[in-house]
Amino acid sequence: MRYEAPTTSSEAAALLAAETGEAFVLAGGTDLLVRMKNLMVEPELVVDVKRIDAMRSIEATTDGGFRIGAAVPGIEVGEHEALGRAWPGVVEAVQLIGSDQIQGRCTIAGNVCNASPAADTTPALIAADAQVEIVGPKGRRTLPVASVATGPGKTSLAKGELVEAILLPPRPAHSGDAYLRFTPRTEMDIAVVGAAVSLTLKDGVITAARVALGAIAPTAIEVEAAAAAIIGSKLDDGAIAALVAACSAACKPIDDKRGTIEYRTEVAGVLAKRAAMIAFERAGGSR
Amino acid sequence: MKHDNSYTGQDFKVIGTRVKRPDGIDKVTGRARYGADASLPGQLVGRVLRSPHAHARIKAIDISKAEALPGVKAVVTADDMPVPEGLSGDLKHTLENSMARGRALYDGHAVAAVAAIDAKTARKALQLIEVDYEPLPHVTDVDAAMQPDAPVIHDWLYTSGVDPKPEKPSNVAQRTEFGLGDIDAGFAEADVVIERSYKTEATHQGYIEPHACLANIRPDGSGELWVTTQGPFVYRNVCAQLLGMDIAKLKVTSSEIGGGFGGKTHVWAEPVALALSRKANRPVKLVMTREEVFRASGPTSSTSMDIKLGATRDGKLVAARAEMRYGNGAFPGIWGMLSCMTSFACYEIANCKAIGYDVVQNRPKVAAYRAPSAPMAAFGVESAMDELAAAIGMDPVEFRLKNASKEGGQSHYGPVWGPIGIRATLEAVRDHPHMKAPLGPNQGRGMACGFWFNIGGQTCSDLNVGIDGTVTLTVGTVDVGGSRASLGLIAAEELGIPYEQVQVNIADTGSLGHNDMTEGSRGTFSSGMAAIFAARNTIEVLRERAAKMWGIPVEDVIWEAGQAKAKGSEHSNLPPLSLKDIAAKSPKTGGPIAGHNEVVADGAGVSFASHICDIEVDPETGATKVLRYTVVQDAGKAIHPDYVEGQFQGGAAQGIGWALNEEYIYGEDGRLQNPGFLDYRMPVCSDLPFIDTKILEIPNPGHPYGVRGVGETSIVPPLAAIGNALSNAVGVRMHHVPMSPPRILKALREDRRANRGPAKVA
Amino acid sequence: MSGVLVTTTINGDAVQFACPEEETLLDALRDRVGLLGVKEGCGTGDCGACSITLDGRLVCSCLVLAAEAEGREIGTVEGLVEGGKLHPLQESFISHAALQCGICTPGFLVAAKSLLDRNPDPTETEIRYALAGNLCRCTGYDKIVRAVQNAAKEMRTAKSA
Repeated sequence: MRYEAPTTSSEAAALLAAETGEAFVLAGGTDLLVRMKNLMVEPELVVDVKRIDAMRSIEATTDGGFRIGAAVPGIEVGEHEALGRAWPGVVEAVQLIGSDQIQGRCTIAGNVCNASPAADTTPALIAADAQVEIVGPKGRRTLPVASVATGPGKTSLAKGELVEAILLPPRPAHSGDAYLRFTPRTEMDIAVVGAAVSLTLKDGVITAARVALGAIAPTAIEVEAAAAAIIGSKLDDGAIAALVAACSAACKPIDDKRGTIEYRTEVAGVLAKRAAMIAFERAGGSR
Repeated sequence: MKHDNSYTGQDFKVIGTRVKRPDGIDKVTGRARYGADASLPGQLVGRVLRSPHAHARIKAIDISKAEALPGVKAVVTADDMPVPEGLSGDLKHTLENSMARGRALYDGHAVAAVAAIDAKTARKALQLIEVDYEPLPHVTDVDAAMQPDAPVIHDWLYTSGVDPKPEKPSNVAQRTEFGLGDIDAGFAEADVVIERSYKTEATHQGYIEPHACLANIRPDGSGELWVTTQGPFVYRNVCAQLLGMDIAKLKVTSSEIGGGFGGKTHVWAEPVALALSRKANRPVKLVMTREEVFRASGPTSSTSMDIKLGATRDGKLVAARAEMRYGNGAFPGIWGMLSCMTSFACYEIANCKAIGYDVVQNRPKVAAYRAPSAPMAAFGVESAMDELAAAIGMDPVEFRLKNASKEGGQSHYGPVWGPIGIRATLEAVRDHPHMKAPLGPNQGRGMACGFWFNIGGQTCSDLNVGIDGTVTLTVGTVDVGGSRASLGLIAAEELGIPYEQVQVNIADTGSLGHNDMTEGSRGTFSSGMAAIFAARNTIEVLRERAAKMWGIPVEDVIWEAGQAKAKGSEHSNLPPLSLKDIAAKSPKTGGPIAGHNEVVADGAGVSFASHICDIEVDPETGATKVLRYTVVQDAGKAIHPDYVEGQFQGGAAQGIGWALNEEYIYGEDGRLQNPGFLDYRMPVCSDLPFIDTKILEIPNPGHPYGVRGVGETSIVPPLAAIGNALSNAVGVRMHHVPMSPPRILKALREDRRANRGPAKVA
Repeated sequence: MSGVLVTTTINGDAVQFACPEEETLLDALRDRVGLLGVKEGCGTGDCGACSITLDGRLVCSCLVLAAEAEGREIGTVEGLVEGGKLHPLQESFISHAALQCGICTPGFLVAAKSLLDRNPDPTETEIRYALAGNLCRCTGYDKIVRAVQNAAKEMRTAKSA
């Protein structure tokens, strides 16, 4: 195996593009090193991106949004006050990953690109309408987070491409987001179900909303029907019931060691309901 | 010299104080050496190839490519570990468990192993070993394994304990039965009968240190083994026999042990490491990965049980029947039998019958785990006890108190009870402030009782007095949780000297006579007894030396408060001699001063505990949170209360994990789905509250200080205590452990569907 | 044979070692630097026994490649003793019987120190969550949490004195 630690994104992309064997980006390493330990992968090349300046910071963008470098560890996301105020649901999702030890390493970009259906940040980012900024041999492009994972462990990134940053849009006035997941343990666990809601109010009425679910399909999904169920409402009981029903209807989960089809389908609605209520309150709404 | 082990009733000076453990500094500075922390010149890295199949015939193993890889020094298969002449029974199974012979019997069963110059080469070598498997039908579920059409795992296994002897082999290794009276008559007398079925999934001891050893076999056939174990003497005997060695030619040194809980009482890859070292003629270090620990070392039984209890309206338990089917993994054990013996021990039931089945399955060989087999039986019996109490309208604590076993009573498994603590723990629970604390919505409180035998066994210890009067106590029981401090206190108490004057060492097998393992809650009980006797022997020597120094008859010398005193007015001019005074003169009064003792530590006192648990349930997700937990247990005498509390708390935490989330999950393919800490889900710090403890001290008449083992009983009640709390919180009765969120939510859903009818089976 | 030469600072000392590219920092610390106080419980970041600090951040050394340590600062349990004196957390773990088998203790101490460096007065809940990445199977965590509470109190007292 070769270990490279380039200092620019284009160098990293060139290294990845040139490698004929199995090549991996190393950001936090909290997934990659586990797979290496278990011999699920035996890379020829590992490209450590933590020495690339453009990937190491969280910046406020000119449009009022945020740019989170792909190598920024979870703990720094949690420590960023302005980001926490603007996108509490996204920050919560990051902070739910693993333990303090994992937080010292794990990255949002890694979480998204690892493409686990149970990734905690992905539903929150989808609800936030976040994009990823991709660098590759053919230059840069941006992509909605929802389009990165195409199945468990699979992404739409081409050979030589890597994520340089996560882009969060500006937070509209009177809006809020929230992410909740279910795990049997309080920490150190993988989502059995995850639900994220981001919404905007005008005069106490929901005018825009995005709802996303994790661990209930091969990838995290946006549930437009669930958003539609609460848009135009003050999150009254009827709207919530419709939201819950839409979420459960959107679930296509599997039975596995972490949960059952029946369980995931039911709890997805429960968590979406609770996340919607938190997001609504954060947006300044009152039921 | 024979010593009296009866309870002395003495007042203690240092026993019961909370002194610092002697190994503390090494353990907080990273200097303590555990199984993976030793090295020898020229050592190789050992690694094991394991079966990916639940059950398969091994048609051929081609090791030629692995052997040809540069850096590979040895490759072994079962061919390199022949069955020594005369090896049979359990030992033969242990050998086959450490290396498959012709058939892989479970996912993770070792089929070959390599020793190479480094980990990378060893890993590559494993990939070059070609195994030709023919998959065979498998069975992992205990009930399925008992079915007539189940694949028969061993064609030599005929059920014992049934009459007539079966004509065909099956997966049922034995049937055992214990009990009293006439259960038909008993149930006829009962006004209310509760009959329920329960299931529990297999769990793992979950020690944080994986199995690790450093094996060194020399060309002359002698050797040594550094290993993390609960019993170096037993490991020595077993490994020597499996490898066809002379016992005295294998020296086993126990490292510091990073948790065992029973799982390090059995050998796993150690014989393989020795075989690799023998073949490579170099030292071999073999450390199991966490995945290997889960797939190929000691889980508990998975179980299936039918429990039937009957009582009269006035709360008298008149009949009980239990049929308990315990999975044993790939080789037969005694786990179902132990469940029979523990099941009804808490109660006086004139008519009871406990039937146990030991059943083999395509799973790793079951190992002891803290009070092995008792927690599952207690889950069934104690859950049914609560339902029965409710059915006759009695408070569950009062119902248990009314029926609690008592001194002089006949236990269902044989012994007549001596002074025992079940009643006292129940009274302490009844009177505990925890029982009166308010509860909120979706919160419930439950309690349950537990029993464990405790054992004594073969023990040997040395006590040596240094020239400066400091004392070295050498014991052969591994310190798994602070026993060095407790044994130091015992030696200090008996000699009448300060604790700080005593140093406790754990012996290797070359330095002391045989000791049984640290298991069965025997470490402090039995080594403590041997330490007392060794100290008493030392005192005899000290008296002789003092007599010599004074020139008076030894009969005139007494030992009191750490000093030799001359008794009688004719010696009133002789000032007392301290241990230090006598030690300083020892070279001229007869040489080194030492006391020795070997004993079969009889008199282990049984142990009872009662636990209280408060739990909150999220009715929409089935999530649970343990809000408050109290352990009440009889310790006989708490030598070092901190470490007694530690045993109570640790066992309770393991029981909570078992009750709520921990389980072995097998796929249809018979492969373990969750062989890692992430998905096995042991409790983390934020999952638990403080665990309150109350130590009761009902002296054990069979120990000079009244000590009872304290290590195991605390894991017995939690499963049922939590099940009972859950039932009181949300009105559903769980019959399947772990009571994980999906199972709880399913039970709640079914309960809602049944429109709050009677409690449903989950 | 390939490999990397790593120059790094461990517990304040400049250290150099060579290792294969795929070797984890855990293995390098144990097998090449001799810091055996860093323990392996799982090798997959699930138990925290191998906890260290890397440039002041708490991490599992099993989830770091040794090569990544180039130019970084590493702290391990061996570095907790200062001026020949045990750290208050170490003293507190002994006096509160916060260890039984002791295999998880180095990781807990490193994690607890990381917590108290950030938050000198944590609540019980904060302690429990900060230590949730460290598995202990012996104690049920009770005495560990109490030992951390006690050490925090003593450190605050010493600071204000």
